Amino acid sequence: MIAPTPSPASPHQAPGSHDPATAKKQFLHDAAEHVRDTGHRSFVRKALGGYYKSRDAQKARYRDWEQARDAASLAKWSAVNRLDELLPRFVANFEAGGGKVHWARDAAEARTIILAILRDAEARSVIKSKCMTSEEVHLNQAMEADGYGVVESDLGEFIQQLRGEPPYHFVFPCMHVRREEISDLFGRHLGTPPTDSPEELTMIARRHLRRMYVEADVGITGANFLVAETGQISITENEGNARLTVALPRVHIALAGIEKVVERLDDLAVLLPMLATAGAGQPMTCYNTLYAGPRREGECDGPEEMHLVLLDNARTALLADAEQRDALQCIRCGACLNVCPIFKNVGGFTYGTTYQGPIGSVITPHLRGLADWNHLSGASSLCGACTDACPVRIDIHHHLLHNRRNAARTAPSRLEKLGHRLFAFVASRPWLFAAGGWLFRRMLPLAKAVKPPLLSAWLATRDLPPAPRESFRAAWKRRQR
Amino acid sequence: MSGRSAVENAAARDAILARVREALRLPAPAPHVKGRVAAEVTARDGERGLTILPAEAGRPWLPDGGDSPAESLQILQENLEKLRAECFRVSDLAAARACLVEQAGKRGWRRVAFHGDPGVESLVQDFPCSTHRVDAPGAVFDKDALEACDAGVTTCECLVAQTGSILVSSESGGRALSILPHAHVVVAAVEQVVPMLADALTLVRQRHAGSLPSMLSFITGPSRTGDIERILVLGAHGPKELLVILVG
Repeated sequence: MIAPTPSPASPHQAPGSHDPATAKKQFLHDAAEHVRDTGHRSFVRKALGGYYKSRDAQKARYRDWEQARDAASLAKWSAVNRLDELLPRFVANFEAGGGKVHWARDAAEARTIILAILRDAEARSVIKSKCMTSEEVHLNQAMEADGYGVVESDLGEFIQQLRGEPPYHFVFPCMHVRREEISDLFGRHLGTPPTDSPEELTMIARRHLRRMYVEADVGITGANFLVAETGQISITENEGNARLTVALPRVHIALAGIEKVVERLDDLAVLLPMLATAGAGQPMTCYNTLYAGPRREGECDGPEEMHLVLLDNARTALLADAEQRDALQCIRCGACLNVCPIFKNVGGFTYGTTYQGPIGSVITPHLRGLADWNHLSGASSLCGACTDACPVRIDIHHHLLHNRRNAARTAPSRLEKLGHRLFAFVASRPWLFAAGGWLFRRMLPLAKAVKPPLLSAWLATRDLPPAPRESFRAAWKRRQR
Repeated sequence: MSGRSAVENAAARDAILARVREALRLPAPAPHVKGRVAAEVTARDGERGLTILPAEAGRPWLPDGGDSPAESLQILQENLEKLRAECFRVSDLAAARACLVEQAGKRGWRRVAFHGDPGVESLVQDFPCSTHRVDAPGAVFDKDALEACDAGVTTCECLVAQTGSILVSSESGGRALSILPHAHVVVAAVEQVVPMLADALTLVRQRHAGSLPSMLSFITGPSRTGDIERILVLGAHGPKELLVILVG
């Protein structure tokens, strides 16, 4: 299997219709499948190989990368912890620029708001630039259900839209797809001749989408930063599709989480290069654009209306968790995915979440419920590569431990509890411990042969070590003699 | 304005802000930072929360933007080259025009778009190929006419040595001129080069005090994508070619 399609039970496929119990089942099933798929694993690793090289080259240009991380982290830490003050300040300044702010408590409200704007604008066609928040609220499905033509303009998202798949990686949406598959896909949908050149494939999409920008009534984007002191929104992209999406249609709608606020314009002088270097190994992403509102008096082009939808969707629940509040500092660079041994082995779809990888494993239980998503807390080797890679110093791998602890507190596993009680009983009685050890050493070869149900999952891919001849205590006593 | 009713919107706003205030009643642990930044920042710790160092502190940990204009210019040119933008250094506007004419011929441009800036207008006057002004007074913006152009010529707010970026704004040619045509030509004076991103932000705030342009865009190299197998391709949706003509 080269390009895994998410199993039908994938919770991201059908919004609001997923069965919580399937999230974990689907994860375990897909993970097992992907781990065996060495072709897919090596393809993903190869795709990330160039990233490591360019990231390291760019990091070397920083006079002190660690201090830059401190500065980026503080800018976001300070903003997240003063959201009560900065959010109203941002909104006041943004509305002074002529844009309109809409507040959405949850995904359904965000969809309702955007559909109402589309209706009032008498829109027919919508062009979108990459926006993970729109994936989070399942916006495309809602717009299509209401009869709007929606086109994703980011090349990766365009490919994923044609494939009918969600993004595989929230920064590199189709990194799992081979060029031959893209060539076939374009041939089927756009009628273009086959090619194995990434350049030609890119030009096919360029030519196809060009008219769409000109003809679309509404452009929808995300936002990477909301600058409180100036009321601007900042959008980061490489292709120029977001610039076109904002420049040409009559109406611009931006959708952003409330945690995107930073206090000062100047914070971007640190955050923009950090985002580019950590996320894609670039000095700066190709286009970093600040929008302060719709077209002004005296300006020759730009949209007549600009709308910003500010989304909570359980971000305030994460904000209320002081211990893990720093997870809201995330600037969605994707660095933690790129270095994660679990991501590289199980792939992006296995997570079944909008945000994959380590940061997704931390925040998804907060956004969608710990009871159903705690299994992601175990999707980590706790190696800490994610924490080391994070440009804003989110304590990612410790938060996975915190989630495990919280899950154990709120919904303790009976079996685990029983196991620990049994262990405590045995371990506090030396004679019983010794007897247990004696028995264990003799049972071990038997377990290897029988593979009892509790151990079978573990034993499926691993061998048991040979049983020691004697206990540690016996060996120690012998040495002391 | 379109959307939901104002009452519903205000109710949602109040609910979200109440949740935010409630959530923040519990203070967060100190940020995970160490070293000099943390020490300096702690010293500035205000009433609540921390603020990061102001730009004037120089941010000596970010990539270098040069200590003198000559050094900054050199860093800019190196960065532009790495980004696969093409930089032309010319002595005056007449030479800039000659450069533009030469490039237009070499690249086979049939139609060049520009905006109403005295410098830019002088470059495209009696141009060998046809031209299109995007902001002709009294005219409605014509997307299709611009789409049919091979190149867009603009001014810029400034150029940033540190990252090799060009800062354009809605006042330096509008929103579409620098992104829709196949090639983007920026004409700038050497004096417009600033060392750091922070300097560029300070400069636009001073220049447009009180009312920032509705769009400010840092352009760092020609449009690019790595979406297919992480292989770099130039010219994804924006300009495939970025030409910088530095005058002076």
